[in-house]
Amino acid sequence: MWSFFHKLGSPPWLYAISGSILRWLLPATLLALAVGLAWGLLFTGPEARQGNSYRIIYIHVPAAVVALAGYYVMAIAGAVNLIWKMKMADVAMKSAAPIGAALTFIALVTGAIWGKPTWGTWWVWDARITSMLILLFLYLGVLALYEAFDNKAAAGKACAVLSLVGMVNIPIIYKSVDWWYSLHQPASIKFIGQSTIDSSMLHPLLLMIAAFYALFTCCLLLNMRAELLQREARTNWVKKLAVAADSRG
Amino acid sequence: MHPVRKQRLYLVLFVVLFSSAAVGLVTYALRGNINLFFPPVDVAAGKAPSGQSIRVGGMVVEGSVQRSDSSLDVHFELTDYEASVPVVYSGILPDLFGEGQGAVASGVLDASGVLQATEVLAKHDENYMPPEVADALENSGYDHKGNAK
Amino acid sequence: MWEALSQKLYFHSIDALLAMDGHGTFVWSAYLITVVVVAAILIAPRRRQRRFLRRLAGEIKRARGDRANVREDI
Repeated sequence: MWSFFHKLGSPPWLYAISGSILRWLLPATLLALAVGLAWGLLFTGPEARQGNSYRIIYIHVPAAVVALAGYYVMAIAGAVNLIWKMKMADVAMKSAAPIGAALTFIALVTGAIWGKPTWGTWWVWDARITSMLILLFLYLGVLALYEAFDNKAAAGKACAVLSLVGMVNIPIIYKSVDWWYSLHQPASIKFIGQSTIDSSMLHPLLLMIAAFYALFTCCLLLNMRAELLQREARTNWVKKLAVAADSRG
Repeated sequence: MHPVRKQRLYLVLFVVLFSSAAVGLVTYALRGNINLFFPPVDVAAGKAPSGQSIRVGGMVVEGSVQRSDSSLDVHFELTDYEASVPVVYSGILPDLFGEGQGAVASGVLDASGVLQATEVLAKHDENYMPPEVADALENSGYDHKGNAK
Repeated sequence: MWEALSQKLYFHSIDALLAMDGHGTFVWSAYLITVVVVAAILIAPRRRQRRFLRRLAGEIKRARGDRANVREDI
């Protein structure tokens, strides 16, 4: 088992294995996204009260769900680097931040667009929406804080601490609609008991959530690969890659 | 576990617990303000201030919506099934506004306990279903939540 | 198979699909923004990697060239 963690810490090993994974995961992700979007846009009917505006659910919910999960990836990776000084974990943390920011942005913007024809407003400062905006600020904060340091080892530690401090925001976002009176309604997908979304709509939604998880993984690996090459520029395996890429034209 | 790493693990746990506790305390202290709106029962109990901008949220009482023939004025009542608040609004209501549906009105509570609303938003619940399913529920005597009417 | 699929389509014309019974602008702008952002997060790292490898290859070539020139001078 320890040999696995040893390998995980090896940049050339991770570069090679991420390449093999992406070779099938990337097309699978794009296929899942295409099928999910087509299913939700073309093959489901409208919603009884919201009409066709509800179709935004097929991007809004997956983006929001993975934005929350991705924050834990970032924070836990940061913590692993803090505790075990594992540089690969620092690479993972840095790689997760921009993806999480992008997904949170998608969730907020699609939510605002959905809110106008349904609630009657683009924005309201209720608990759910405000805490999601804070999540965006946390992701952007981690990105900005990393750039603020010249010493990248110190940058990694500071960002890990910031990520850990912000971790409490995730359960707050999740429970905001239950703990406080908000405009945003409670969850429709229930882990215990019957979900309150019709199965004809739930199935494409679950596919899109899975597709967005796969998308996060692809982007994380792509970012990590690019980051690793730059960090390991002085090594032979990277130099060989550069020369090989150059000769391929 | 290596002693230095154990120390760092404790540091990580401390940071998470301490920040969670700090945020938790502030959130608890501000819990009144984090609510977007007052439920009607709180308004009836006098917990909502008059003369300043507040929000009241609840279900639109069936049969309470009265629209004026000559203007955009509309009267309705919001309830949480424990108390009701009358609302007066002039303007276009959102598409999803309706009797038996949720709404959140913002405005000023006047001396007679009527909310002079400047904005009315529709609040929808977490149920998603095709129109055929909604119609079937309606016809078999259930509301859209699956509760018997 | 395509006939069976086209039976299940909710919108029966492109115009209907774009209009979405009045909600077209909302739905399509949300989907468009999402596609643009998703494309950006997929493409950006690859461009970064390619640019970096190209620069590194250039440096290696120049270093080899310098070494070759130095040898010739002697």
